Amino acid sequence: MSLLNTLLDFIGNLGLFTLRAARRAFLPPLEWFMIWQQIGEIGWRSLPLVLSSGFAVGLVLTLHTRSTLIRFGAESMIPAVQSLSFFNEIGPLVAALLVAGRVGAGIGAQLAGMRVNEEIDAVEVLSIDSFKLLVIPRIIACILALPILTVFMDVAGMAGGFLAERSASHISLHLYLNRAFALVSWATFIPPTLKTTVFGFIIALVSSWFGYNATDGSLGVGRAATNSVVVSSLLIILTDIILVKAIFFLFPDTAV
Amino acid sequence: MTIPDVTFENVSKTFAGRQVLDGVSFSIAAGEALCIMGRSGTGKSVTLKLMIGLLKPESGSICIHGENIAVLDEDGLSQIRHRMGFLFQSGALFSLVSLSDNLALPLRRFSKKSTEEIDHAVQQQLDDVGLGNDRYKMPSELSGGMRKRAGLARALILQPSILLADEPTSGLDSVTAAEIDDLLLKLKEKSKTTMVIVTHDIHGARRVGDQLAVLDGGRIIAMGKAQDLQHSENALVSALASEQGCHEK
Repeated sequence: MSLLNTLLDFIGNLGLFTLRAARRAFLPPLEWFMIWQQIGEIGWRSLPLVLSSGFAVGLVLTLHTRSTLIRFGAESMIPAVQSLSFFNEIGPLVAALLVAGRVGAGIGAQLAGMRVNEEIDAVEVLSIDSFKLLVIPRIIACILALPILTVFMDVAGMAGGFLAERSASHISLHLYLNRAFALVSWATFIPPTLKTTVFGFIIALVSSWFGYNATDGSLGVGRAATNSVVVSSLLIILTDIILVKAIFFLFPDTAV
Repeated sequence: MTIPDVTFENVSKTFAGRQVLDGVSFSIAAGEALCIMGRSGTGKSVTLKLMIGLLKPESGSICIHGENIAVLDEDGLSQIRHRMGFLFQSGALFSLVSLSDNLALPLRRFSKKSTEEIDHAVQQQLDDVGLGNDRYKMPSELSGGMRKRAGLARALILQPSILLADEPTSGLDSVTAAEIDDLLLKLKEKSKTTMVIVTHDIHGARRVGDQLAVLDGGRIIAMGKAQDLQHSENALVSALASEQGCHEK
């Protein structure tokens, strides 16, 4: 019963936090300096992780699909499987989980540290809205950065896949790209990429909530960082189910 | 009759079932400096945070310039806070931006000054606290004493009429502590700023404070001039108010 109470309490508080974010996001002034700083922190600094991970995942995926498809004499489908897998699901989901790990922990720990060191109180006593200064820029930056990082993840994954396929079958880049994009339409690329804006919102919102409401000193900082990653990753996966069904409903061709 | 700058009337505050403040009442006239002393954990910092609206009391009223801030909303509090400065115990500098941006942030929001004027005001304020050459440093590059002085500079950047300081000299060597006391004294004499200072440093309290209040068990058990309180029959009051402190007593 107490677990249920805790869960309902968390959902209620997170809901109120979301409403507060939605209301404040559109009130002037927008903290452009902080938004720009956070885009650099969240987007630019996540790029090496996203590119290297995308490349490695793309390479491994091709190695696995190749050994499977070759049994059915369908090795010419390897580039198409690679592109559809990456554009539809692997790129958006893995990019979001990587960002949840790197950025979610960072936001949670940073805001919790600021709460513990009274920096948030210091901002408030200067008559500055700490929520608008610290939370809203992180939400906007995550929403903007994640689709862009997903595109880089897709490109890196395709590059890894090409390298693996090239070393196995000496396929040319031209032929690989032709086969890879033969089944790809805008509907298989745009909606899954744009769904990562929701993932970005979840990462920033959940991590900010844990950080902004942290208590218990350094213990609370560690707890905020851990909870930010765990809860945002879980919510991303759960939300993905709903978003995939929504994309299939809105773009029936992609479900075929 | 002039309205006191700060008035606490029967203020109570509880944390997790523990009564931290229990019907506290006092007032501070304009331009006066009140030093609050007491054992650790007796609610001194809580009193300051109530005074600037970071905490809400369970009962009682807290009037700043005659306005009860306990019932104000965020906008109302914001207006009151424009006229107040708060020096946190740790300095609480905004760690994501440089020292000069820490000071410029409120000026960019609430003054109509040009960029050059803001730049000049920041430099002037940093010079006043002896940090004129450190304006581009990040807070993490500053020592404890520098952070306190930077925190004081930021608290004063909007030229508040009331300054609240939470242990401004704790953890500092005697020379740096004396420098901070000098700054507060200069501010009091030059700008007639009303001050509420929470401190354990009786030497500083005697130099800067006009009055001393001793907080114990959630109540103000004594209030008056340090010279008078040191002869109090209450052992805690006389120990805190005496230059020799508790050990020699």
